[in-house]
Amino acid sequence: MDELLSVFCVEAREQLEAMEAGLMQLEQGDRDPETINAVFRAAHTIKGGSGVVEIRSVETFTHVLENVLDRLRNGEIEVSGDMISALLAGCDHIGALLTIVQEGGMEPDEELRQAGDAISDELRPFLGGKAPAAASKEVSANADGNVERDSHDSATSDCWHISIRFGESVLKNGMDPLAFLRYLLNLGEIAHMTTLTDALPETDAMDPECCYMGFEIGFRSHASKDAIEKVFDFCRDDCDLHILPPNSKVADFMHLIETLPEESMRLGEILVKSGALTQEELEASLRQQTDAKKVGADGTAPTRQLGDILVQQHNVQPELVEAAATKQKVVSEKKAAEASLIRVHADKLDQLIDLVGELVIAGASANLLAKKSGEGTLVEATSVLSRLVESIRDSALALRMVQIGETFNRFHRVARDVSKELGKDIELVINGAETELDKSVVEKIGDPLMHLVRNAMDHGIETAAVRAAAGKPVKGRVELNAFHDSGSIVIEVVDDGGGLNKDRIQAKAIEKGIIQPGETLTDQEVINLIFEAGFSTVEKVTNLSGRGVGMDVVRKNITALRGSVDVKTVLGEGSRFTIRLPLTLAIIDGFLTGVGKASYVIPLDMVVECIELANTSADRDYINLRGQVLPYVRLRELFEVPGSNPPRENVVVVQYAGQKAGIVVDQLLGEFQTVIKPLGTLFRNMRGIGGSTILGSGEVALILDVQALVSRSARSEEQASHGATGMRRLEAH
Amino acid sequence: MEFSTQTTTEGATRLTVDGDLTIYHAAEIKQHLIDGVRAGGVLELDLSHVGEMDTAGIQLLALAKRESQEPGRALRIVGHSLAVREVIEFLNMAAFFGDPLVIPANERF
Repeated sequence: MDELLSVFCVEAREQLEAMEAGLMQLEQGDRDPETINAVFRAAHTIKGGSGVVEIRSVETFTHVLENVLDRLRNGEIEVSGDMISALLAGCDHIGALLTIVQEGGMEPDEELRQAGDAISDELRPFLGGKAPAAASKEVSANADGNVERDSHDSATSDCWHISIRFGESVLKNGMDPLAFLRYLLNLGEIAHMTTLTDALPETDAMDPECCYMGFEIGFRSHASKDAIEKVFDFCRDDCDLHILPPNSKVADFMHLIETLPEESMRLGEILVKSGALTQEELEASLRQQTDAKKVGADGTAPTRQLGDILVQQHNVQPELVEAAATKQKVVSEKKAAEASLIRVHADKLDQLIDLVGELVIAGASANLLAKKSGEGTLVEATSVLSRLVESIRDSALALRMVQIGETFNRFHRVARDVSKELGKDIELVINGAETELDKSVVEKIGDPLMHLVRNAMDHGIETAAVRAAAGKPVKGRVELNAFHDSGSIVIEVVDDGGGLNKDRIQAKAIEKGIIQPGETLTDQEVINLIFEAGFSTVEKVTNLSGRGVGMDVVRKNITALRGSVDVKTVLGEGSRFTIRLPLTLAIIDGFLTGVGKASYVIPLDMVVECIELANTSADRDYINLRGQVLPYVRLRELFEVPGSNPPRENVVVVQYAGQKAGIVVDQLLGEFQTVIKPLGTLFRNMRGIGGSTILGSGEVALILDVQALVSRSARSEEQASHGATGMRRLEAH
Repeated sequence: MEFSTQTTTEGATRLTVDGDLTIYHAAEIKQHLIDGVRAGGVLELDLSHVGEMDTAGIQLLALAKRESQEPGRALRIVGHSLAVREVIEFLNMAAFFGDPLVIPANERF
C-alpha cells in the first residue's frame, strides 16, 4: 500500500474515533453545538481525504453521513437514539471499508456493500428532501450565526503593509527615518500611516539623539517587495522591518501582531496597524460604539467591546480579533502544539530501542574493563558515559510510552453496544486514563481487556430485575482503572455485579474433570479455577462471551507479556480483576546478584531492601523481618547451583502485588542496566526465570521472574502452615 | 536657535521656538521643552518660526506631549510652520497632538 493511502487510513481512523466519541456524547444528552460541529468536521475530513486518495467507496458512504450531520448541525433535525445508532453503525462501516483499503483492496465485496446500503437506508429518514450537503455547506456555515472563514482567507486590505521599528542608533549614524519614509512616496502612495511612540523611554532617560520611533504603514504600490525593501537598505541593520504583500493571509497578520513589540496597544489600533482594517472601518466601528455607550473624547473605550462590534459587522476575521486580543498567547501556543507532534514509523522506534539495548551492553562492558584497569580517569569517563547511556535509554523508552486512555475509550462504545444487546443499563467509569505504558504492551492488552470487560457486563452485572430485588441500584457499574505500582502498571476491571459463585465454579470444575471431587481447595484457589483451560460457567452461551475461549486465553495472553492476572470477588457484591504488567518489555533496571559463579538479575523496581541472612542454622524457609514472617527461597537450592553455602549470605527482599518474599543469594553486586533477551522456546515453560541478559564481561545472567518466585514462596509457606497436600497437583498445572 | 517665553493674556506660558527642530539641537530642545512642560500650567508652543524638523524633532515634541499628560500640565502647539505641519500630517500625528493646525497669516497666498 502506498504511503499516501496508509497515512490517510491512519488519519481517517483517528477521525472515526473522534466521531464516535462525539456521537456517544450526543447520545448521553450533550447538545453542545461544538460537539455536533466536531462530529461533522470529522466526517467532512474523512470524506475530503477519501476524495483526495480516490477511495470512492468511503467517499460516497461518508457523504450520506455528512448530510445527516449537516442537518443536525443546522437544527433541522433532532438527535434521536435511532439516528445515533445508525450513525455509529455508519462509523463501523467506514472502519470496515478502511480495513479493506489497508489490506490492499479498493472495492468492498458484495456483502459489505449491502451492509453499507442497509445503513444508508436507515439514515435516509433523517435526510429529508434536501440537496446534497456539499452544495449547502457555505449556507450552513452562516446559518448557526458563526462566522466561519477559512484561515487561508486573505485580509481585507489591498495595500502592502510595512511595519518598521527604527533602531536607536539610526539618528546618530546620520540617517533620518523621515527621509526613508518620504522616499517611499516615489514608489507609491501611503494609504495610512501610524506613528508609534510607545518605545519612548522615561523622559529623563530619553536620549534626544536616539531614535525610538516605529511606523505602521499601509502602502499602495505596484512595486515589488524587493523594491520596497531597498528603500530601507541603508538602515536595514538598524531596524526591524516587516513587509506584508497586499491581501496577505490572515496568518501572516497574526504573525505580525505576535512579533510587534508594543504591549498595551488598543485592539483597534493593532488591527489598523496590521492593515487588516482600514481607518474608516475602525472609525465607523468606534462611532457605533459611542452610540452604544458614552465614551470619552479621546476615544479610549474598552477594547473588548470594540472587538465584538468589529466581528459582528464582519469587518474583521474572527481569527484576527482573537489573535490581537490574546496577543501572542494564542498563536504561540498553537504553534507549539503543531510543532510538538511528529509521526514516526513504529519500526524506527523499535530499531532505536534495539540499538540502545546494544549500547547499554557495550557500555557495561566498557565500564567493567575500566574498573579492571584501575585507571581513575578512565573509570570517571566511563561512569559519565554510562550515566548518559542511562538517560538515552530512559528517553528512548519514553518515546514508546503511550497513554492507556485511547485503549480505554474504545470500551465506551463496547459498553453501549453490550448494554443495548443485553438490555442492561450499564455505566462505564474510567480512571487513570493518562497512565502510560509501552506501546507494544498496549497493543497486546486490548483483546484480553475486551474479554474481561465483556465478561463483567455479560456475566458480572445482573439483569435489572435481579439487581432491584437485591437492593442494588438498577444501573450497573463497570470500572476500568489504571495506575502505576512499583514498576508495573496495574489495570483493574471492577464490576458491582453478582460476583463469582464459588460453589458453581467448583461443581463445574469437577464436571469438567479439572479437579477431583473431595479435593479441598481454599476459596481463592476455587476462584482461580476460572482461568483453567476449557472452563465456562455460564449456562447460556451468549453472543458476547462464553464461547469457550475463556479466561484461560486471557491469562495466557497476559502471562506472555510477563504479567499476571488475578481476581477478587465477593458474592453478591461484585468482582475485581487485576492485571499487572511490566511497564516495558525491552530494558529494565536490574539488581545484580551472584550465587556461586552464576549471576542473577532481579528487576530493581521490585527490590525493597537487602539484609544479611543472620541465622542460617535451622532449615526453615522463613525469617523474622521486624516482627513479620518473611518466606524466602534459596537460589542455590532452587537452581541447584553446585558448591556449598558461603559463610555470609544475603537476603534480597522483594515485593510483588503486595506480597513480600526473600531471595537468598551469595553476593550482592549492585545495580545493573539490563537488556532483556527472551529465552528460547525450549525454556519457555521454566518457572522462576523471566529472561536472560548479557553482562559486560560477555557472560550470561538470568533474570529472575520475581512474580513466580514470590507466589512459590508464599505457597510453600501456606502449604507448610496448612499441611495440605492437595496443592502440589495444582501447582503442576 | 532661540527660545523665548512670555505669558499670554489667558495666563498660559508661551514658548516660541526660532530655529530648526533637528538632531543638531536635540539636547537643547529637549531641555527647553521639558522644563517648560514641567513648570506646570498651560504651555503654548509657538512653532511658526521653525524652519526644519526631522525625526529627532517630532520625537521630542511627542515626548513633551507625553510629559504634559500629568495632572496640572497641558501642552498646546499654537503655531505650525509649514515644515512642522508637513511632518505632523505626513506621520498622521495630528490626532496625537490634538491641536488645530493653524496656518499662519504670512503663509497665506
